[in-house]
Amino acid sequence: MTLSTSALGGLLQRHQNDPSRLVQILREVQDANGVISPRDVTELAQALGLPRARVEGVAGFYSFLSTVPRGQYRVLFSDNITDQLQGSHALRDSLCHAFEVHLDELSRDGLVSIGATSCTGLGDQGPALLVNGRAIGRLDPGRIGVIAALIRGRTPLDRWPKELFAVTDTIHRADLLLASRLEPGEAIDAAIVRGAQGTIEEVKQSRLRGRGGAGFSTATKWEACRVTPGPERFVVCNADEGEPGTFKDRVLLRQFADLVVEGMTVCAWAVGAQKGFIYLRGEYLFLLDHLEAVLQRRREAGLLGHHLRDQETFDFDVEVHLGAGAYVCGEESALIESLEGKRGIPRNRPPYPVTHGYKQKPTVVNNVETLAAAALIARHGAAWFTAKGTATSAGTKIHSVSGDVARPGLYELPWGTTIAELLELAGAKNTQAVQVGGPSGVCLASDGFKRRFGFEDVPTAGAFMVFDSSRAMVEVAENFARFFAHESCGFCTPCRVGTTLMHRALQRIVAGHGTKRDLKELKYVAQLLKVASHCGLGTTAGNPVLDTLERFRPSYQRRIRSFDVLPSFDLDQALAPAREITGRDDPEAHFEEDAP
Amino acid sequence: MTHGTFELDGREVPFSPGQTILQAALAASVYIPHLCYHPEFKPHGSCKVCTVKVNGRPMSSCTTPAQEGQQVESNTPEINEARRTLVQFLFVEGNHFCPSCEQSGRCTLQATGYALGMTNPQFNPLFPNRPVDASHPDILLDFNRCILCELCVRASGEVDGKSVFALSGRGITKHLIVNAESGKLGDTELSVGDKAVEVCPVGVILRKRKGFDEPIGRRRYDIAAIDEFAAAAPKGGTP
Repeated sequence: MTLSTSALGGLLQRHQNDPSRLVQILREVQDANGVISPRDVTELAQALGLPRARVEGVAGFYSFLSTVPRGQYRVLFSDNITDQLQGSHALRDSLCHAFEVHLDELSRDGLVSIGATSCTGLGDQGPALLVNGRAIGRLDPGRIGVIAALIRGRTPLDRWPKELFAVTDTIHRADLLLASRLEPGEAIDAAIVRGAQGTIEEVKQSRLRGRGGAGFSTATKWEACRVTPGPERFVVCNADEGEPGTFKDRVLLRQFADLVVEGMTVCAWAVGAQKGFIYLRGEYLFLLDHLEAVLQRRREAGLLGHHLRDQETFDFDVEVHLGAGAYVCGEESALIESLEGKRGIPRNRPPYPVTHGYKQKPTVVNNVETLAAAALIARHGAAWFTAKGTATSAGTKIHSVSGDVARPGLYELPWGTTIAELLELAGAKNTQAVQVGGPSGVCLASDGFKRRFGFEDVPTAGAFMVFDSSRAMVEVAENFARFFAHESCGFCTPCRVGTTLMHRALQRIVAGHGTKRDLKELKYVAQLLKVASHCGLGTTAGNPVLDTLERFRPSYQRRIRSFDVLPSFDLDQALAPAREITGRDDPEAHFEEDAP
Repeated sequence: MTHGTFELDGREVPFSPGQTILQAALAASVYIPHLCYHPEFKPHGSCKVCTVKVNGRPMSSCTTPAQEGQQVESNTPEINEARRTLVQFLFVEGNHFCPSCEQSGRCTLQATGYALGMTNPQFNPLFPNRPVDASHPDILLDFNRCILCELCVRASGEVDGKSVFALSGRGITKHLIVNAESGKLGDTELSVGDKAVEVCPVGVILRKRKGFDEPIGRRRYDIAAIDEFAAAAPKGGTP
C-alpha cells in the first residue's frame, strides 16, 4: 500500500514542504495508510529535498512509525511494570490467541498486529493499550473480548464505544498548582507589569527548579536564553512525559492547559521569544484536539498572536508537535532534534539549547509542571511559592502514584514530605519497595521510607510506583531493563549494547537460567553505563539494576538454580522453533531439573 | 599556533584554538584509543572508546574542547578496562570473525582490541542476522562487521556529496542503510573511488576483486601496533 501522489502532495502542502516538519509528516502518512511504504519514502524525500536514506532513517527511529505493514488494527499493549503486575501479559496473550498471531506478527489477513509499547501514561487506570494510537485503559478479559469483537467486525475506530477510550483524572491531593484558579491572562499581565527582567528576577526569588527531573534553576535557564544575542528565540514545553509511571502532565494538560500555555507565554515575555512549541508525546494523541482548542480560544482572546496585551514588541504563538514513540525525546536536545524533523539523538553539549537550541537559536525547554508553576509565580509572587517546601526545594511537587495502592492518582505535596506520608495517603499496605522518579530514579526499600522528597534527599520527576511484599523485585528490574533496551537511541556504544546485555542477563535470571556470573556482569555493565554513556538515558539505565541488587538481592538469588555450573544455555528456547514446526514436543528432549 | 597546555597523564600537551583533547593528544603523538573519530571529520563522540577523565569527570576526548590547565587521565588501568569492555561490546554486537575477515591486519577494531589487551569477547555474543549486499558491481557490503561509527555516512554526505549511507532503527536494532528504494547498494551512486569506501575502519565496505591483495602477516597492524603508529606519526592520528 502506498499513499496516492495527490494525497501525499496535499499533506506536504499543509506542511509547506518543510523538512523540519518531517516527523509530523511521517506521522500523518502512517495514520492515513498504516505504513510508510518505500515508495512514500522516496516521494517524501524528493518533495522535501532530503536524501532518501535520511527520511528512511527518521521513519525507522520512532516506534509508532513503520516501514513494514502492520495490522489494519495495530494494537500495542503498554508494557510498564504496573501494567505487567496487573496482568497485561495474560491479556495480551489472550488477544494474540483470539487472532492466532504471535507477538509483533501480522495476521495472515492483514487485519491485526499485536505488540508492546513503553508506558502509555495511564498507570492510574491500567492495564492499558493503544489501538492505532488511541489509548484504552482499565483492561480486563471483558474489555479485551469487546475489543476483539470490534476488530473482527472491522468496525472503524470512530464507531467504537466512546466509553472504551474514556480517560479519567483523579486528583487526591491538590496544593499550589492543582488547586489554582487563574483567569487566562492574569499571569501575563502581572509579568508585563514587572517587566521581562523583573519577571526573571521573581522566578529567581521563587527558587523554582525544573520539574522534569534534572532540577536545573528555571530562572538561570531563562536568563541564559535572554542574554544570548539573536533575533529569534523559542520556548518549548516538554510534554513528552515518557518516564514510566508518570502521568501528572497528562492531567495538567487536560485540566490546566490554560495555565501551562500561560506559563509558556510568561516565559516568552521574559526571554523575548516569538514562537513556542508543545512537544506532546504521541501516546497522548487524545489530548491534541483539546490543546488545539485551548490555543485557538487564547488566540481569539488576544492571549496569543501579535501585540499581546497591547505590547508593541510582544508577539507569541504556540504550535503542538506530536512525538512518535521515543522516550529519549524527553531529553531536551533530543526533543529539539525531533522538532527539527530528525532522529531523536541527544546532541553533544555544550553548547546547550539556551544558546543553540531549535534551529541553533536560543531556546528554553521547560517541563509542563515547571511552566504551570512559573505562571502562578508570575501571578502570585515568589513568596507565595517559597512558603511551601524546603530551603533547597521550594514549592510543591505533583506525584503520579500507581502500583500496589488503594488510591492511585495524583498527589500534590510540598517538597520535604516523607515517602511514608505519601504511602499512607495513597493507602499502601505491606509495601516492599517504592520506585521514585520512574526507572531512571531510585528504588527504595522500607528503610528509605522516612526519607524526604527534595533535590537534597530524594529527587523525583513525579513517578511513584509502589510494590507490595508479594512482588518479585527481580521481575521489576527485568521490566525496567527491557524498557531501557527498547528506548536506547543507539547512538553510543555503552548504552546501545549495555542496555541489551543487561536485559538479556535479567531475562536469564528471571527464567531460572541465571548464574552468579550474571550478577557480577549486571553490576559491572550498570556501573559502566553510568560513566561512559552519552546522555541521561544511558547514565541512569543501570540504576534499577544497582538499586535492586543492593536492596533486594535475595529476590535475584532465589532465581539462580545453581551457583556452580553455567545453565545459561536454554535447551527449551533453542528447540522452540523446531518444536513448533514439527508440532512435536518429546518429553525426553528436556534437561532434567537440577535440585536447587 | 599554541593556545595553551593541559596535562595528560602527567605530561604537558599543547593545544591550538578549537582543538579537542583527542586532537591535541594525537598532534602531540600521544595515543588515546578511538574508533569513530577521524582527523578529516567533525568529531561526534559515539563510540566512547576515547573516554578520558577530565578533572575527574568521564568525558569523550574527541568532542571535549581542550582548555588551559585541564587535568586529563587517559592511560590508567580503570579507563583502559572500560575501553576494553566497549570494544568487547562492539565485538559481541556484530559478527566479527577475524581469522576469516578480509580486513584482518588492517582493521581498526581488531587493532584497538589488541592495543587494549582484549583476549576474548567476555559477553555472550548477540549473533545478529545481517545479510550481505553484493548488488554493486565493484563494492561488497558486509554489515556483520559494522560498528556504527558513521564515518561512511559523514564521508558520503560531506565529501562525496552523495549521501549514500544513513542510519535507521534504534538501540540495538540501529543499522546502516543505503540511499535506494530497493535498499540495494547497486542502486546507489556509490563508486569505488569515493571517500566513503576508503574511510571504513572495519571490513564492511570492501572493494570487489581485491581480496587478500596483501598477505595477512604483512599488513599495517601486523607490522606495528596501532598505538605505535600514533607515536610515530604526529599530526595525523589513526587510521
